[in-house]
Amino acid sequence: MTMISRATAVGALAGLALGTGVAGAEVSDGVVKIGVLTDMAATYSDLSGRGSVIGAEMAVADFGDMVAGAPIEIISADHQNKADIASAIAREWMDVEKVDVIVGLVTSSVALAVQGLGKEKNVITINSGAASTRLTGSDCARTGFHWAYDTYAMAAGTGRAVVQEGGDTWFFITVDYAFGHSLQGDTAAVVEEEGGTVLGSIMHPFPSSDFSSYLLQAQASGAKIIGLANAGSDTQNAIRQANEFGITMAGQSLAGMLMFITDIHSLGLATAQGLYLTTGFYWDFDDESRAFAARFEALKGAKPTMIQAGVYSSVSHYLKSVAHAGTDDTDAVIDAMYAVPVSDVFARNAKILPNGRMSHDMYLVQVKAPDESEGPWDYFHVRREIPGDDAFLTVEASGCTDLR
Amino acid sequence: MLLPSRFSRMLEVVSAMIMDLLGIPPQVLFGQLLIGLINGAFYALLSLGLAVIFGMMNVINFTHGAQYMLGAFVTWMLLAYLGIGYWAALVLAPIVVGLFGIVIERTMLKRLYHLDHLYGLLLTFGIALIVEGMFRYWYGVSGQRYAIPAELTGGYLLSFMFLPTYRAWVLVVSIVVCFGTWYAIERTRLGAYLRAATENPTLVRAFGINVPLMITLTYGFGVALAGIAGVLAAPIYQLTPLMGQNLIIVVFAVVVIGGMGSILGAIITGYALGLLEGLTKVFYPEAANIVIFVVMAVVLLIRPAGLFGREK
Repeated sequence: MTMISRATAVGALAGLALGTGVAGAEVSDGVVKIGVLTDMAATYSDLSGRGSVIGAEMAVADFGDMVAGAPIEIISADHQNKADIASAIAREWMDVEKVDVIVGLVTSSVALAVQGLGKEKNVITINSGAASTRLTGSDCARTGFHWAYDTYAMAAGTGRAVVQEGGDTWFFITVDYAFGHSLQGDTAAVVEEEGGTVLGSIMHPFPSSDFSSYLLQAQASGAKIIGLANAGSDTQNAIRQANEFGITMAGQSLAGMLMFITDIHSLGLATAQGLYLTTGFYWDFDDESRAFAARFEALKGAKPTMIQAGVYSSVSHYLKSVAHAGTDDTDAVIDAMYAVPVSDVFARNAKILPNGRMSHDMYLVQVKAPDESEGPWDYFHVRREIPGDDAFLTVEASGCTDLR
Repeated sequence: MLLPSRFSRMLEVVSAMIMDLLGIPPQVLFGQLLIGLINGAFYALLSLGLAVIFGMMNVINFTHGAQYMLGAFVTWMLLAYLGIGYWAALVLAPIVVGLFGIVIERTMLKRLYHLDHLYGLLLTFGIALIVEGMFRYWYGVSGQRYAIPAELTGGYLLSFMFLPTYRAWVLVVSIVVCFGTWYAIERTRLGAYLRAATENPTLVRAFGINVPLMITLTYGFGVALAGIAGVLAAPIYQLTPLMGQNLIIVVFAVVVIGGMGSILGAIITGYALGLLEGLTKVFYPEAANIVIFVVMAVVLLIRPAGLFGREK
């Protein structure tokens, strides 16, 4: 409890120090409105969903519900992982509800649509859930920020580690939409850069429950590594069925290119042990992360995923920037987001690149064996810290032209 | 496993032909066909339940996917909360799910028989949303895990693939249940009563047969079939409240292709479309989840009553 109150007090002090110093604060409509748009009920709802709203609420609570002399309000909605539904909600939020920022945004196709809309209507979007590097590459926007992770970071972390361990021939099982294409492309590039070869790939519809057929084709390729360029229940089903079909016993290894702690929780350590994965947050990293996770768990009943912790961090930084600018005016806040140092329990050694990419330390972790774990959520050995400069694409390599 | 020499020579010739004609290794093709057949086993079981319910009661049971999910969740709950294992669950879970169906039929569905099909469809669809929503609220979507029973772990190393024992088991159970059901409805006296009651309930009642009870039990049985499919799915698919939602649309397409209400049509179409889907996953995987709907559209254009259905 002392941890909680201390964190809140520190946050509130930061808010006071940054916010109240500015005279004549101008906040449109007298309220700073944050929209959390995410998957509330389907495949990605456990790794974002309600937990993302809680992350945002925790950040607001740190500020004592006030910034730049105005109250902070959070609204949330379910985009059902569909770009058309997400666009309709985001449009209404921007035009009618007058939201100042949209955060969350799991699913790449959704995030690309909403970020595009934000650019058109000059509303800030901070994406913590979707993974495609297009968000800060070919489709980048001056108003769009990419917070927690991206497909390149996953590829650079997990892909490189696996090739260095000797897994130099790959076959991909890839989910057939923007995210999967991006994840496979980025991973293949890293594999080839490290001297490995990609023997083939196969696209599966989203979502799928039976992977046996894809796994048999991956097996027939003879590749040492079967790269799973998908997420959530798709990845879980693929891993379970690879065990069932004796694929892992026959000597081929799996690499889950995007996995969350909730996936490991569902699969169980007996099935998932030994897997490498890259994450932007692990609750059991140090005292600060443990305190944050305990506070989150009291509200959610589970440890935060990197997306949920990322939403906390993004809202926190947004509010600091509003306090710094003394207004919620989009252009002023964007300037402030670059001016205010990015630093919290999630964002370590962090900075925002001119293409909107928030670069921070990532972690290469390996899933513990059942007898190494002390209980629920004690799942990872942190094998390596990956500095932001290595984890994320440089601005030049990103292909972004709408730089700040 | 050693094959008789003549058979294995034949297999070699066939293999070479396949390689020449299709340009893919026969191992891959045979493997995919077998996998397709196993997936077809789920389609057949689920579409059979739908066909029984529609054929005997004229109700389009949209709760079927949720009832399949319930079968899997009851299996998991029996183990997690009561310590009851797979073999007992194979009998208990379908009974529990069937009873749930009977409660729905007795309290709600039976009031809608005199109305248009659409009312039954809307009611069952609503129930499905409520049931899935409740499970999502209680258990989230990440899913639970259920281990394959010890007796069915491992597998057979065939010449073209590794066949897990459990998948072979699924295929066997599905075939036995499907053809047992077909036999009971088409070839026994009880089945004859049932079919007669569908055609002319008043007349059958005049013979002293309790028609409403028979209808209730039929619905319970159709729902229990979904429950069996759920039990079979529990150890191999991630157990999530949404697992039925993803499958049910495909299964409805299977029923439409087979001919609404045709028992044999549902069974044969289930296996056949599993095979077709398996082949699609080899030749053009991106189309795997639409191929069944393409077939449905074509069948509806050429034979609106479905492949095995009768025009009314």
